[in-house]
This record gives sequence, structure tokens and C-alpha cells, in this order.
Amino acid sequence: MAEASTIDTQGPHAHGADHGHHEQSFLSKYIFSTDHKIIGMQYMFTGIVMALIGGYMSYAFRMQLAFPGESVPGYGVVSQGEYNALVTNHGTIMIFWVAMPMLIAAFGNYLIPLMIGADDMVFPRINRLSYQIFLISAIVLIVSFFVPGGGFGGAWTSYPPLSASAEYNLTPLGATLWLVAVALEFVAFLLGGINFITTLMNSRAPGMKMHDIPMVLWMIVIASILFMASVGPLIAGAVMLFMDQVVGTGFFDPDRGGDPVLWQHLFWFFGHPEVYVVLLPAMGIVAEIICTFARKKLFNYKLILYTAFATGIISFFVWAHHQFVAGIDPRMANVFTITTLIISIPIAEMLFLFIATLYGGSIRLTTPMLWALAFLAEFLIGGITGIFLGASGSDIYFHDTYFVLAHFHYTFFPIAIIGFFAGITYWFPKMFGRMMDEKLGKIHFWGTVIAFNFIFIPLFILGAAGQHRRIYNFQNFPDLAGMQDLRVIATSALLVMLVFQAIFLFNFVYSLFKGKPAGKNPWKANTLEWTADSPPPHGNWPELPNCYRGPYEYSVPGREDDYWPQDVPPDTAPAE
Amino acid sequence: MSSMTKPIATTRSATGIPTGKLAVWWVVGSEIVIFGGLLASYVMHRLGHPEWAEYASHTNTWFGGANTFVLLTSSLFAVLAHHAAEHGDGKKAAKWLLGTCAGGFVFLCIKAVEWTIEIQHGYTITANGFWSFYYTAAGIHALHVIAGCIIMLIIARQAWKGKELQRVELIGIYWHFVDIVWIFLFPLLYIAK
Repeated sequence: MAEASTIDTQGPHAHGADHGHHEQSFLSKYIFSTDHKIIGMQYMFTGIVMALIGGYMSYAFRMQLAFPGESVPGYGVVSQGEYNALVTNHGTIMIFWVAMPMLIAAFGNYLIPLMIGADDMVFPRINRLSYQIFLISAIVLIVSFFVPGGGFGGAWTSYPPLSASAEYNLTPLGATLWLVAVALEFVAFLLGGINFITTLMNSRAPGMKMHDIPMVLWMIVIASILFMASVGPLIAGAVMLFMDQVVGTGFFDPDRGGDPVLWQHLFWFFGHPEVYVVLLPAMGIVAEIICTFARKKLFNYKLILYTAFATGIISFFVWAHHQFVAGIDPRMANVFTITTLIISIPIAEMLFLFIATLYGGSIRLTTPMLWALAFLAEFLIGGITGIFLGASGSDIYFHDTYFVLAHFHYTFFPIAIIGFFAGITYWFPKMFGRMMDEKLGKIHFWGTVIAFNFIFIPLFILGAAGQHRRIYNFQNFPDLAGMQDLRVIATSALLVMLVFQAIFLFNFVYSLFKGKPAGKNPWKANTLEWTADSPPPHGNWPELPNCYRGPYEYSVPGREDDYWPQDVPPDTAPAE
Repeated sequence: MSSMTKPIATTRSATGIPTGKLAVWWVVGSEIVIFGGLLASYVMHRLGHPEWAEYASHTNTWFGGANTFVLLTSSLFAVLAHHAAEHGDGKKAAKWLLGTCAGGFVFLCIKAVEWTIEIQHGYTITANGFWSFYYTAAGIHALHVIAGCIIMLIIARQAWKGKELQRVELIGIYWHFVDIVWIFLFPLLYIAK
């Protein structure tokens, strides 16, 4: 409330003081807010809760794999049906309700207006609607676990005919609720995406040209465009699958003239660009952090930008590499092998450009910087193991093994988890006005990253040895039963990693109240959000800033300070 | 809360295109891929199933043709509404929008009669793959017609009071899109036999 009253005393906005800064009730300020910062935090906190739920699910099914049939503390005995539902919804939640809301919606909503020097999104009420639909979708998904028959267990890819008929999947309500939840989530992100794209296109501060836009915003907006262009066919497919489940049509039922592989095409036409939808924002976050803590200009801004566009375009031509063993034409497999190997080039190039940014910089190993560097290292492993899977010949052997599983966890974990921690430790001072504790942050960092590698390196080995995914109990397979030690190592490492997350939660809450006050610009960074108060008030600035230069003018020769904020007019010392 | 004022961000226009118009084009873009995915699925099925031509011969081209005429006429009314709004005549724009809405209503009525007859002849959504696509594609399109009509009524009410006249053009863009989707559905579902 103190915030609201200080705004009233500040000068009038360029377009009039009719901005409605009246005292707001708790409900209208935090629950039904149209303020982009509050909506961003709503997305973030919902994402954190969903991450805890998804993490709990992985705990339950990893315990089952390490100690089959035994009662899991805090869960109980995991039945076969429950195991399938846990695995399915762990994947669904981590991608649609953790990676997307945390990377795109939370940072997108929070950062876009602040970094382009605007007072809000262009459509605040559509923004609010987007979050509300997202929240409903999360509730629908959680409810699906408690309906008769239990949660859907047909894998996050939801392949028909298993997903199309309750006769096969035994979850008549769970399967439909899962589908409805995913479709609602898509609607929420379409609304949000239109807002992001339009805001970046139209509402930049005076003077901010195309190449003055901070890279993270480009990445979030390119991701939104990719999402918008790829999700349509899957929405159509979801309608068709819904009709199959509820009305009894046979779109995907071969007995009735339908085609189950059609779903795979529709799903992966979205599903592969989706990887880049979440990857690009994480790349953008890393770019911001690396520049700030290497005190160097981003190495070849334009090349990174065009590479991101190229990645986005190529990502529409790789989807069938998920279907090499689905009976597609081998000639098509050749084509998709080539496109898939091609897409590794721009991604590798971007990683090299980030490394080139580091070269010769005066590097400061703060917690956000550690996360950003870990992203480069871990994602590299994920990218390289992808080559084995993109080549159709080796994929026939690796398909549906734990090698695939370990590969995409080496991509999605750096993206969603490391990327999120990098972003939150970097922008926490702006969001809440206080610094996070560096020592606790570093303990949390090392505990998480080391444990992560101990989870998934054993799974690479198991996968290369032929261990298939989505199996309830490997003791039933004599060839695989002997490698139980590796499964126990992976599960133990998971327990360690989960325990370390408590340190993060403690640090978060502790710093929220007891952290050192941050001031406007604790990292001495250039981008516009650091010129607002921490936390920024409703409306962000008393007077909206202008932009005079690119976002990465660090260590400019001849200047006393090693940074040069975007809003400082030329030839004056940076105001502090 | 409904009386909140627009943020400064909404009034800026770095591209020179008004923000609302830009957003509607992105909405249309996202809709194109939805219908694109659905129709591509249909076309792939159709190519793989020559026998669907026989099923398709039971659709009634006269009903489809009449609906095409009604929808195209309603799009003309939307253009006339835009013309009136550009000249600042909110009341006239509102009247033309009501005319567009009436076109949408007639379209839905014809559709209802047509579907009733077809269902009575046993051509239900579960009859076979062709009819599944027929009802699903036309059904999703009809939902767009209904949504467009509701939004149009709201905008007509504002335009009558002389407020937010730029929205007359925005709903027109959307309505033309709904129209164009039908232009694709009509030959694919009715004419190709």
C-alpha cells in the first residue's frame, strides 16, 4: 500500500495522470491484478508449485524403480497403473506447467515491459485472462489424478489408439481431463504470446531500435512466434482425439479408417519446435547474465539473433526424427536425419558465440553466472547425445531406451531448471528489492548440478545397455535385472537433489524478508529494467525512459565506468 | 476494474500499425495453423481413401452453396460497416454490423436444417471417417461464427454510442478470416466428389 501512495506523488505520465493509482484491495492487487509484474510472479509461483508436484512424482516412480514393490515413504506402494500415471504426468507437468510458465510466461511478463521501457503489456486484461486460464488448466490436470480410474497413463506424447479409447487406457476420465488441461494451457499461452509479440513490436521506448532490444526479449518473442505457428495442428489434433474419446469417432483408430501415425505427425510437428520454444528463452537469459558478469559486449549480437531465427525455421522440418521406428518411409527418414543434423549447427554456433563473449572478459562468478555457465556445459552434453538419436541408423537401436530419456533430460533440465535458477537469482533483486544470499545460492548450485549428473549419467549407461523406458519393474527382465546398482545410484542422486532444493526455498523466503537491500542496479547492468526502483511500482517509472544505445555496452574504451546504461543520454556520466 | 484506463504501452506504435490491429492479425495467424492442421489431416486422409468420394457425394451442394452466398454477403456488410466507421458514423456502422450478424445467424440456421436432414439419413459423426471430419471441421467453423457474432454485437453496441470505432475494422478482419475458412471448407467437403 505504501507503494501505491508514493506513485501518486510522482509526476504525471506523458499521456496524463489518469492512471488509476487508487488504493487497491489485496484481491485486486495480487489476485486479479492486471499488472504485468504481478502476473509474471503468479506464473512463477504456480510454476514452482507445479515443479514441486512434478518432482514429487519423479521421487515416487524412481523409488519404485530402485526398490521395486516396496512401500515408498510419503507415497505408499506404487501400483502399475499409478506408475504409468506418475511417469506421464511428470513429463506433462515439467514441460507444460513448469518450463513454459517459468521461462516464457514468468520472465516474459516480468521483463518485456521493463526492458523496453513501457509501463505495462499492451493488453493487461488479456494478460490476466491468460494466467487465469493457465491456473484452471493446472487445476484440471491435478484433479485428473483423483477421478475414478485415476490419472492418464498413456505417456506425455499420448499416442493413440492407447489414448483414444478407455477400453485400452482404463482411464476414461483421466485421459479426457489430461487432454482438456493441455488444450487450455495452449489457449493460455496463445493469449500470452500475442501479448508478448505485440508489446515488443509496438511499445518500445523512444529510440530503441531493433538491435537495441535485449537478447532475452528477442528469444522470448521468437519462442512465442514458434509456439503460435506450431501449436495449431496439435490443437486440431486435440479436438480430434477428444472426439475419439468422448463422441466415439475414429480419427486415429485404424479399424475405422483412422490413422494413429497422423497423431504422431500432429504431435511432433508441435513437439519438436516446442523444444526450441523453451530453449530460446533460456539461451536469452544466459546471454544477459554472461554479458553482465563478463563485463563484455555480447559477441556478435546480430549473428545470434539471425541464428535464433534460423533455428526457429529449421525446427519445423525435423519432427519426424521422433518417428523413425513408427513405420514411416525410409526415404523420409533420410530427409529428417539430414535436417536434424543440420539444426545442431545453429545451436552449437550460439554456444560458441556465448563462449566467445566470455573470452577476455573480467568474469565474476556470482551465483547467476555459475548457473549460466552450467547451462552451457550441461546443455552441450544434451546436444551432443542428440546426434546419436537424430541419425536414423543409430536411433533404431536407441529408440525408446533410457538413452533417449537421459538425452532429453540433459536438454530440458538445463533449459527449465538451470535456466530458471539463473534467471531468478539474477532478477530476484529487481523483483523483490533484496539480494539473495550468495553462500546459500552457491551451496544450492553445486548440490543441484552435481546430483543432476549423478542421476542421468547412469541412465545413459542403462539406455546404451538396452533398458527400455516406461517399464514398471526391471526385475521381470533377466537381461536387465543385474544392473540394479545403477538404478539405485540414480534414485539416490535424485533424493540428494530434491533435498538441496529446500536450501533454495529457504534462501528465497529468507532473502525476501532479510536480504540485503538491492538498490536500483546491484549488478551494474545496462538494460532498462535496472533503472527502475526495486521492486518497480505500478507503472514502473514516474516518467518512462528513452533509449540511446544497445544493451551490452560494457567496458567501452575511454569511459570511466565499465557499463553504460541504455537510458543515459550520450556524453554524460552514468547516473547512479 | 472494467473501467481501467489503457496503459501508455497500448497507445505506442513503433511499427506504425495500431496495436489492436497488429494483435488481430496475430490471432488470425494462430487460427490459420489450427485450421491448416485440421484440413491438412483431412486432405491426407482423403488422398489415402478413394472411397471417401462416395461418402462425400451425399453432401448437399445446394445447402453449402447457399451458405457460401450468405457468408460472402455478410462480409460485404462488414466492409460497409468499416466504411461507415471510417467516416465517423458510429450508428451506421452499428447497423451494418447487425446486418453482418444476421448473416451469421442465417448461416447457422441453414447449417442446422442441413445437419438435421443428414443425421436423419444416418450420416452421423460416427458413421465413418469422412463424416467425422465433415462435422468436426464445420463444427469448429460454426463455433467461430458464433464467437464472431457475439463479439460483433458488443462492438456494435459501442459503435452505436460512438466509442472505439477502430474495433469495427478489427472484427471485420476476423470475420473475413472466418469467411475464407469456409471458402476452403466448401470445395473440400461439398464439391470434391
